[in-house]
Amino acid sequence: MHVPDGFLDAPTSVVTGVVAAGGVAVALRKARGELDDRTAPMAGLVAAFIFAGQMINFPVGAGTSGHLLGGALAAVLVGPWTGALCLSVVLLVQALFMADGGVTALGTNITLMGLVGCFTGYAVFRLVAAVLPRRTSSIAPAAAVGALVSVPVAACVFTLLFAIGGTAPVDTGAVLTAMVGWHTVIGIGEAVVTGLVVASVVAARPDLVHGARHLVEARELEIRRAAA
Amino acid sequence: MRSRRFFVIGLLAALLIAGVGSFYASSHPDGLEFVAGETGFLDSADEPKTSDSPFADYQTAGVEDERLSGGLAGVVGVGLVLVLAGGLAYAVRRRGGSSEPTD
Repeated sequence: MHVPDGFLDAPTSVVTGVVAAGGVAVALRKARGELDDRTAPMAGLVAAFIFAGQMINFPVGAGTSGHLLGGALAAVLVGPWTGALCLSVVLLVQALFMADGGVTALGTNITLMGLVGCFTGYAVFRLVAAVLPRRTSSIAPAAAVGALVSVPVAACVFTLLFAIGGTAPVDTGAVLTAMVGWHTVIGIGEAVVTGLVVASVVAARPDLVHGARHLVEARELEIRRAAA
Repeated sequence: MRSRRFFVIGLLAALLIAGVGSFYASSHPDGLEFVAGETGFLDSADEPKTSDSPFADYQTAGVEDERLSGGLAGVVGVGLVLVLAGGLAYAVRRRGGSSEPTD
C-alpha cells in the first residue's frame, strides 16, 4: 500500500506529514513505557522482520498481489507505540533507499501503515482477546483478527485522503469499492502471516510478546524446580 | 528458549526471507497500484525521487544477476532497519532492565 509521490496533492501531503510527525513524537515518549533492556532488541528484530515480510508479495488473483503491512503484528509483539516506530523506520528506509513509497508521501505512508495499521490492529486485537479465554493460545487468533481488520481500514483511510487531495479526477466511490474489496482479500493474507508469526513467538518466548505480557507475568509467580 | 538463540533464529528468518525468499515473490502490482490502474489514477504518480538510490526497486545497482541483486538489496535493507529501529528502541527504553506494568 505504499503511496508514491503525486497521488495526493501538496496540502494533503503536508497535513499527513504533520499527523505522522506528531504521531512519531508522541510514540517516542509513549514507547518508553513499552521498552526496557529485555524488549528493546525485540523492536529491532520486529522492524527487520516486517521489512523482509513486506518484500514477499503474494498473488491475490486477477493480476494483483498483496504483502504483509505488519502494523497489527508489530503492535501485538512490541506494543502499539513501539510498533508505530518500527513501521516508521521500515517506511523511511524503503522511501530513501528502495524508492518504495514516495519521499513526499512518507507522512501519508506512516499515517496509513504505521499509525492506522498499528492502532486499528491493536484495538481489534484487544477487543477479541477480551472475549477469548485468558490463555496464551488466544493471543495469535486475536492478533490475526486485528491484522485482518487493519488492512481494509487503512485502505478506507487512503480513499478518504484520495477523496480530499487526490490529484486525478477519479470517482471516489469506484476507488473505495476497489480498495476495500482487494484489501479485504489482502487482509486474509495479513491475518495468516500475523497469526503464524505471533503463534511462533508465543510458543518460543511468550514473555517477549507485549500482547501476552499480562498472562505471562501471572504465570511467572509459580515456583518451579529445574526438572532436567 | 534462550534469548540469544531466539534472536539469532529471528534474524536468520528475516535475512532468508529478504535475501532468498523475495526472489520468488509475486511481481504483480500490489493492491493500491492495481486499483490505481483499474480506476485510472496510476498516471498521477511521479517518478520516485530516490530512483537513483543504489538499491532502488530492491535491486542492487551494478549487480547483473537478478537473484543476487535483489537478495543483496534485501539483506542491506534488513540490516539498516535492524540497526535504526534497534538503536531507536535502545535510546528511548527505560534504563535498569526490570519491566514494570505499563497499562
